[in-house]
Amino acid sequence: MKQTKKVFSILVILAIVLIFFDLPSPPSIDTKIFGIHIKKDFKTRLGLDLAGGTQLTLEADMVTIPQADRKDSLESAKQVIERRVNFFGVSEPVIQSVMSADVYRIIVELPGVTNTDEAITLVGQTAQLEFREFTQIAESTASAMIANTKSVGISGRDLKKATLQFNTQTGEPEVSIQFTPDGAKKFAEVTKRLIGLPLAIFLDDIVVMAPRVSTEIADGQGVITGSFTVDEAKQLSIQLNAGALPVPVKIIEKRTIGATLGADSVNKSIRAGVIGLGLVAAFMIVQYGWLGMLADIALLMYGLITLFLYRFIPVTLTLPGIAGFILSIGMAVDSNILIFSRYKEEFRRGKPWQIAMELGFGKAWESIRDANFTTIITSIILFNPGNWSFLPTSGLVRGFAATLFLGVVTSLFTGIVVTRTLIRMFYHGPKAAFQGRQV
Amino acid sequence: MIRFMKYIWIYALISGLVLLPGIYSLIIYGVKPSVDFTGGSVVEVKIQTPIEKTTIEEMVKSQKIPSVSIQKQDNATYLFRMGKVSEEQITEFLKTLQTKSEKPIDILRNDTIGPILGSELLFKSVIASLFAVVAILLYVAYAFKDIKSGVSAVLALIHDVLVVFGSFSLFGYFFGVEVDTLFMTAFLTTMSFSVHDTIVIFDRIREYRKRSPNANFSEVIDVALTETMGRSLINSFTIIFMLLALVLMGGETVRWFAVALLIGTITGTYSSPFVATPILLLWNRLEEKKKRR
Repeated sequence: MKQTKKVFSILVILAIVLIFFDLPSPPSIDTKIFGIHIKKDFKTRLGLDLAGGTQLTLEADMVTIPQADRKDSLESAKQVIERRVNFFGVSEPVIQSVMSADVYRIIVELPGVTNTDEAITLVGQTAQLEFREFTQIAESTASAMIANTKSVGISGRDLKKATLQFNTQTGEPEVSIQFTPDGAKKFAEVTKRLIGLPLAIFLDDIVVMAPRVSTEIADGQGVITGSFTVDEAKQLSIQLNAGALPVPVKIIEKRTIGATLGADSVNKSIRAGVIGLGLVAAFMIVQYGWLGMLADIALLMYGLITLFLYRFIPVTLTLPGIAGFILSIGMAVDSNILIFSRYKEEFRRGKPWQIAMELGFGKAWESIRDANFTTIITSIILFNPGNWSFLPTSGLVRGFAATLFLGVVTSLFTGIVVTRTLIRMFYHGPKAAFQGRQV
Repeated sequence: MIRFMKYIWIYALISGLVLLPGIYSLIIYGVKPSVDFTGGSVVEVKIQTPIEKTTIEEMVKSQKIPSVSIQKQDNATYLFRMGKVSEEQITEFLKTLQTKSEKPIDILRNDTIGPILGSELLFKSVIASLFAVVAILLYVAYAFKDIKSGVSAVLALIHDVLVVFGSFSLFGYFFGVEVDTLFMTAFLTTMSFSVHDTIVIFDRIREYRKRSPNANFSEVIDVALTETMGRSLINSFTIIFMLLALVLMGGETVRWFAVALLIGTITGTYSSPFVATPILLLWNRLEEKKKRR
């Protein structure tokens, strides 16, 4: 009993903490504990189908690009799109590259963007790298902008490759650039003319840097130095490659959901969930009386835990995801039903209720484990954690699989640990009416 | 104890009555694939000022939008399914639609799916189902140390899959319901449901066989079914409550998804005692006959 009381108090504290995190206006943690900086936002993430927005799937045409460079090219293209989207001011975009055997894809999720033309122009164009000089030499100490510079006639097409390397003397990271023969010729002319002056590098009309030219560069090889970190230098080389290797991309899928449809769906699903939950709760009480009531409390705990997990992991909630959650509520009471039925059986065979109850938990466990295992297998296949190309990778399917998986696993905990503790604390044997029931 | 196994022919009859129309429809009409499979565009628009359907039809025709179907969802919402159209064509189409309406139109959905993705989805769904079936078969066979249990469970699973597909073939023929990505998800979930209940029953059968190894197998099954029936029904009811709530109130987008899950749950619950278990029994009888010879 002492043990049970301990578990019970832990559960109560857990419930209070969870309620705090599950509040409609979620808290965010931004604090230092023992010198470790912890920062986390606890809010429900809604998928595009609920929040409204556009999802684009782009396929890169790699025909002209050598096998060895394809991975880098895709990565560059992704970086370019990321930069464009960020520059455009879309909040919380998700940009992923998907690669398998012969398929090179980029998936772009733009919450809140429902104008598809806008979205397509935003991501569909190829990157532009440009070298520019100041129009007035006097201004050369100011920061470079499109307005005060002019093109020197060298663009991404003249660049063969940019790579990250480390300076042989200082060991500092730098970016080496290599021009095509044509580009090298132009570059030599320009650098000769601009010795001592800045030469600005622009990507998609945004200045990346404006290094000062120190000598004429005739061999088509250049080095961009600066106080880069390794990551910055790598980033720059990726961006430069993006300008140099514009992978033609094609939109193969586009899904746009208006904000109103999403909001409408959320409201309807919540209503359906609440009514269904009420029915299940009432049904449990009708079937099992006080025991059903305790199972319902465990079910509330189940709700608190899953919502917390959605926010903590975080799981992006999609409409099928919510359906998966609602479905899992129906399944969550399954373990309790198995246990209670077992308990009733043992009790009818004449065992004292305490022993019948413990036997119920013990014997039901095997079926609970076996039965839930298949649902877990299916949800893992649907979620496709290894991102295998031969299994579904659709976000909608994943949303469903994620909530179903979490639901089943959580229900194993609440259905067994929570209910058991509640029963040990608050259940004092069947009422006379139930005791007299015979088969 | 109820003598469940005395009435195997009734279960066969019920399954037959449910399966035959579905299978017939599957063979003759097939299922109606959505743009997720065929590629094309779907545009859903809410128009505040009512526009005559004929006006819209004419508009679609004059803009040369290929293989279009127009469906009126409720009083103000229209769903347009189109063949291969360009983004410009859709933009143009929406602009003209706007000029016909006094109030601003609300674009609810605007999806374009390339044809490559469609065949990919089909391929992936098939692979995922095969994965699931093999994994379930192996798990059941492992858990029960008995290939017969595994095969019986999977046969019941195939029964359920056919019921779900058959129903959607009929829905497609009569109500124009399409089979899309969500349907494939529901169908995979049905597979795990189907086995869920079967395992609980088989588990009980195993327990009683251990307890009384000399008892008649069909009696063992009857006892096990009598005891698990209440639990199976109660459990399915809770799931059915949740799904019914979704079907009736969850809105247009998830309705048919929830219907597919609902049918899957019902047939999954039915097939465990009345398809999987009889198969296991008949198989056992067959083996015993062979042994006696």
